[in-house]
Amino acid sequence: MSFDQNAFLIIFTASLISISCGLLGVFMMLRKMSMTGDAISHAVLPGIVIGFFVSGSQRGLEVIIGAGILGILATLIINWLKNKAKVQLDASIGITFTLLFAIGIILINMLAYKVDLDQECVLYGEIAYLPIDLWITDAGFSMGPRITYLAVLNLLLVAAFIFLLYKELTLTSFDENFGLVIGLPAGAINLALMSMVSYTTVSSFEAVGAILVVALLVVPPATAFLWTKKLTSLIKLTCGLGIFIAIAGYYMAYLVDSSIAGMMVAVGGVVFLGSALFKSIKPNSIFGTSTSIKPLEN
Amino acid sequence: MSDFVYFFTFQDASIAFVVIGITLLGIGSAYVGTYSFLDKKALLGDAISHAVLPGICLGFMLAGEKNPIYIVTGAFLSGALATFLTSWLKSNTRLSDDAIIASILSIFFGFGVVLLTVIQKSGNPEMAGLNQFIFGNAIAILEEDLYIYGGLAILIIITLTAFRKEFSMLVFNADFGKSIGYPMGAIRLVFNVLMILAVVIGIQAIGVVLMAALLIAPGAAARFWTDKLGKLLLISGAFSAISGIIGTYVSFVIPQMPTGPWVVVCLSLFAFASFLFAPKKGVLSRYIARRYYLKKTHQDHLLKLIFHGLESGKKTFSIEEIYQSFPYKKGETKHTIDDLIKSDLLTQNQGLIDFTPKGKSEAKRIVRLHRLWELYLNEYMNIAPDHVHDSAEKLEHILTPELEALLESRLNYPKLDPHQEAIPRDNDEL
Repeated sequence: MSFDQNAFLIIFTASLISISCGLLGVFMMLRKMSMTGDAISHAVLPGIVIGFFVSGSQRGLEVIIGAGILGILATLIINWLKNKAKVQLDASIGITFTLLFAIGIILINMLAYKVDLDQECVLYGEIAYLPIDLWITDAGFSMGPRITYLAVLNLLLVAAFIFLLYKELTLTSFDENFGLVIGLPAGAINLALMSMVSYTTVSSFEAVGAILVVALLVVPPATAFLWTKKLTSLIKLTCGLGIFIAIAGYYMAYLVDSSIAGMMVAVGGVVFLGSALFKSIKPNSIFGTSTSIKPLEN
Repeated sequence: MSDFVYFFTFQDASIAFVVIGITLLGIGSAYVGTYSFLDKKALLGDAISHAVLPGICLGFMLAGEKNPIYIVTGAFLSGALATFLTSWLKSNTRLSDDAIIASILSIFFGFGVVLLTVIQKSGNPEMAGLNQFIFGNAIAILEEDLYIYGGLAILIIITLTAFRKEFSMLVFNADFGKSIGYPMGAIRLVFNVLMILAVVIGIQAIGVVLMAALLIAPGAAARFWTDKLGKLLLISGAFSAISGIIGTYVSFVIPQMPTGPWVVVCLSLFAFASFLFAPKKGVLSRYIARRYYLKKTHQDHLLKLIFHGLESGKKTFSIEEIYQSFPYKKGETKHTIDDLIKSDLLTQNQGLIDFTPKGKSEAKRIVRLHRLWELYLNEYMNIAPDHVHDSAEKLEHILTPELEALLESRLNYPKLDPHQEAIPRDNDEL
């Protein structure tokens, strides 16, 4: 148990990542697209690998572009399967993300000697190495941890995206047809949201891993959803939960010496299941006024 | 090439074992997956396959080595917990299905990763084998493990075959089953157990992340080829078994290559090929059928137009006039006229269009069907004469000669339709 500069940096970065994910996750959940978020975060893998291979480093813009393209491609394939090939939605999601993820794993294995990227890193990241992964300028001056900068930039972009498109996102989330009638390009807004999700996935995968991004996208909004019915408080609660998960996750991981990202999700899971348990106890079972009516007997 | 011969002639007994194993588990999970696909619960398989990870790790920690019995039991229990939580959350909270599944999936996976890193840092030398559970490696399956996995796969296949009636009732109409006295709750429980078992036996060969594909893709692909449950199960089993064998072959030839991704790529190829090229339901054949139908309707409309002209006493029809009757469709109309001339229904003479005898009788047939249907709707369905046109406009293209004969006899060979227009017959003079 210590609180030093490294701990602060890790917690700060983790909070930033979980807030970015949570903000997007709220809208994904309201659109009943949580599983699409899951699919996207798996599907960006081949884009990351190809970007890695092209740019030769994980700092390249190519990685982000590659992942962005793959994320949009995954959304388009899912839509195509659903609308044109008439495959039911759950199956189209399942087939698309497993195929793209499989291609990503095959690429990693084929390029294993050429890129510095292993399966484990992509899957569950390692935020603990963050303080030693510094951004060093050409002049040799250290600017601090690189991933923190990425997380700040990511959060700024996500916040700007949501701030600018708040009305459109809300409208199309709750009533897509009404949005279409008053002239909102619902399809384009949907694609924009998906591209933000893919971008966030890429920017966070080094820290928390592609699959745990899903947890941060889904679990805090779902937990907050159990407690509130208002969109604004849903968003605030999600952000608060994100910060709590980051702090608690870090110290729990410190205690049992395990993956920080994994522990963040585990903490989130405990909060989620606890909330569900608490909220599901219906007033009736405490005060118990109503009894079920017995059917007539003759 | 020699690798290929070596692999597929099964000179090596261990290869034969692995191939038998992967075939069995492929068929087993395809069977279970097809039912869950029909039940529209395909993604539950995805949740379960991620959720077995903490169980595998706990089993490993308790046994201290890669003991298949501990690992299978652990995986089964955590899969069962995830399934239970999913249905509990569904009935006790107002969260939507997809949010529940995504939450359960990622929470269990998160726990799994925590346990995995704890094991990693404990420095157990057996640890290396554990990564295979994430991406799968069929070649590395030991013979004694194979007996357990193969046995469970056979158990799944036998149970699903023996209780086919009950399980089909579960996925197609559970309420009906309940109303005729079947214990649907118990059947659902058995089905969930089978599904978890299918995931558990698949993970070592395919890996937790990709196991969902083995459950979803075969059923979805096979659904495009048939409407019969028996055939559906056979086709999906075949897709899955073939992909399994190809995946195993690849990781035999390239040892560091995990099996799972190749199996999934193969399966997805089958799936996408089915979506595109399957007869009747495939994208391509539906596109062709639609094109054919649109062409046919346009031809019918053109013939009708000329016939209506004849009825109102017009004698000659220039091509330009016909073009103007179908605004914004000049190219298509020109094409249709050429087609009709080619099939000897129309003739063209110095820019003037006329019927051939064959064309005239075809046009009469279409107009007759249209008016017969209008009359039928009016007389038998009591629909007002001004409401019958739209329906007839659609049915004139698809009524068969048998239906035409039936309509004629029902309506007693009528002379006039509800709008007092003559119903044309072949031997009329017009």
